[in-house]
Amino acid sequence: MRQGKYPFVIGFLIAPLALYAMFVLRPIAAAVQVSMTNWSGLSPNFDFVGLENFQKLIDDDKVWLAAKHHVFLLVTLPVITIALALFFAFLLNMGGGTRGGTMTGVWGSKFYRVVFFLPQVLAVVIVGVIFGRVYAPDGSGILNRFLELFGVDAVQWMADWGLWSILGVLVWQAVGFYVVLFAAGMSSIPAEIYEAAVMDGANRITIFFRVTIPLLMETVKVAWVYLGILAMDAFALVMVLSIDEGGPDGATTVLPVQIYKSGIRESDYGYASALGVALAVFTIIFAVLSLRGGKRDAVEH
Amino acid sequence: MSNHTDSPSALSRRSVLRRTAAVGLLATPAAGLLSACVGGGSDEPTSQATGQVTAENPLGVDTKAPVEIVIFDGGLGTKYATDVHKPSYEKKFPESKVNFSSAQEISTTLQPRFASNTPPDMVNNAGSKLMDQGKLVEAGQVADLSDLFAAPSLDIAGKTVAETLVPGTVEQGTFNGKPYVLNYAYTVFGLWYSGKLFQENGWTAPTTWADFTALLDKMKAKGITPYSYAGANAAYYQYLVILTTAAKIGGPDVLKAIDNLEKGAWTNDAVKQAATLWGEIGAKYGNKAHLGLKHTEVQLQQNQGKVGFYPSGSWLENEQAKDTPAGFNYQVMPIPGATASDKLPATALYAAAGEMYFVASKGKNVQGGKEYLRHMLSKAGAKGFTELTKVLTVVQGSTEGLEMSPGLASSSAALTAAGPANFSFRWDAWYKNLDDECRAATNKLMFQGGTADEFCTRMQAAADKTEKKFSR
Repeated sequence: MRQGKYPFVIGFLIAPLALYAMFVLRPIAAAVQVSMTNWSGLSPNFDFVGLENFQKLIDDDKVWLAAKHHVFLLVTLPVITIALALFFAFLLNMGGGTRGGTMTGVWGSKFYRVVFFLPQVLAVVIVGVIFGRVYAPDGSGILNRFLELFGVDAVQWMADWGLWSILGVLVWQAVGFYVVLFAAGMSSIPAEIYEAAVMDGANRITIFFRVTIPLLMETVKVAWVYLGILAMDAFALVMVLSIDEGGPDGATTVLPVQIYKSGIRESDYGYASALGVALAVFTIIFAVLSLRGGKRDAVEH
Repeated sequence: MSNHTDSPSALSRRSVLRRTAAVGLLATPAAGLLSACVGGGSDEPTSQATGQVTAENPLGVDTKAPVEIVIFDGGLGTKYATDVHKPSYEKKFPESKVNFSSAQEISTTLQPRFASNTPPDMVNNAGSKLMDQGKLVEAGQVADLSDLFAAPSLDIAGKTVAETLVPGTVEQGTFNGKPYVLNYAYTVFGLWYSGKLFQENGWTAPTTWADFTALLDKMKAKGITPYSYAGANAAYYQYLVILTTAAKIGGPDVLKAIDNLEKGAWTNDAVKQAATLWGEIGAKYGNKAHLGLKHTEVQLQQNQGKVGFYPSGSWLENEQAKDTPAGFNYQVMPIPGATASDKLPATALYAAAGEMYFVASKGKNVQGGKEYLRHMLSKAGAKGFTELTKVLTVVQGSTEGLEMSPGLASSSAALTAAGPANFSFRWDAWYKNLDDECRAATNKLMFQGGTADEFCTRMQAAADKTEKKFSR
């Protein structure tokens, strides 16, 4: 076995590495290359323009507006989603109190688990279309119909609360996955710890904050990174839901939408690629920072 | 817990970082992936089919070579191509074949083919995802149509193709002195209303601004939204209306100055006055909810009698055919005159050859593509198009003997009444960035309490930043 080890390993690695290089690394390199040209995307010809596209990017108000929206989503989306998911996961796993020494979930928790997870399996565009009806600005909107029962005037969701509405959909869709993630994390916490806590007279709230959360910290951090990446995207939802693709007047625009507009609509692939490179750099910086931040050994159990 | 890899909580920091980086890079969206095809094609055109030039075959088409066409599948449908023009071409060249396909997103479908120099021969560049026509011409991807326009018409004896067209058609497709694009449909823009609704209430189409607002008041009193357009995706219908009013106040040169990116073109008094008038209409008679609606939703509301006037082009009747109740009776009126000192009469219209068709210069059968356009521009081809789409074409006299639908008859009548007083602009097709900016500015003005001054200075600033590429 020892002699044949390297050919064996290489044999398995070569195909995926080749595919990875072809379909991931090469396009990235090409994007960086294109970002320094004035390629229109409509012919094979282009000129090298150096860093001109990046200069234009810095002067572009829409890009800064989009960056601001990313920061907003980067803060709100993980905080709200994780808080909700932790709460639901706790209820599903331990909300029912102790029974025979072990913690149980609230009544019907198996059913809720499926319900929470359901949005996760829907395609984003379908979610967008569904919420298009939920947020419809006139009397036909589900939310506005509901508000009407209480005599509240129709709210212009996408016009006046565009980014919050988009955030709502993102949270709605994401929360189910993190409920399952946290629930799995919670079930891997040994029962003895809970038994000990219960014996010491801790109530459910104390158990949640003093036992469950510290033991789940690693999982929460992972969730944070994934949600952060989601906040860097949001493209499909903005395109389907928002007014005038990222409007009104840029109020819901995000970087991928700006990339789409300058590439596909305005045939400026050089500039679109520069935006893409900037977005990739932001994403990597965010991932590195959030994994570095709060570097702390996991509680061993 | 011996096997940690199955538990999500066991994801190690390293594996997450690795995955994160991969996801982040993959999120570098489509532009990166698409750009992978840079340099994918060669600069040399592939061998192009040609044939003998004869009186019967003035463009020198290879009678055996197939021709590939792509038609936008939108308001006009594609039946006119498959049922009228394709058979016409194949009848003339029985050994050839027209390879027809359609697309709803022209840019997404065709952009990679242009980037790799393997375009179809003839393209109908239209819809909200159309390719930037100016950039295409600049990139040398569009064939010069001079020989097509100089060729004899297919079935109008003794005239060249150019001579059979409505004046201004060739100019509408000219970029820096050369005709590159055929604008085939002759579109009339105005305010559309239900003839039935007007008849029932004894209303008549107003021609002055005072009459217009008086009528809007009456509509409002009846619980109808008097005037509306769809902010979510059709703000350009409304900026066209604003600029039409500007042209009526200050003459068509106002639009020419805007096209040519002249200093102060947008801050001109006529534009400012027009924006003020329409901003007031938006604030007083609009419906804020319609900022969030798409064009089909507002058009449906008009069909249901909830909207009075709706600005659109003459494709509207065909687009709504399915939802229009019997007897709705689509009618169009020109935008009413704005002031007593207007430079153009109230009957003046925004009317232009629209709906772009072009031949790709690097296609396999360039002459075949042009020949296909010649079949579209024949009297029979144009008549068939109008019959199926209820939209006029640029071919003169092609509606003779045609039974007209109410909307078509109405736009024809408006065109006759306007006489020579019709005008148009080109900047929206030349500079897509200005189009985007103007949509946002228009929504602000009409729905969100923006002022005319803001509208004008904002558009002027955007125009000043734009590099000038075309002029007329």
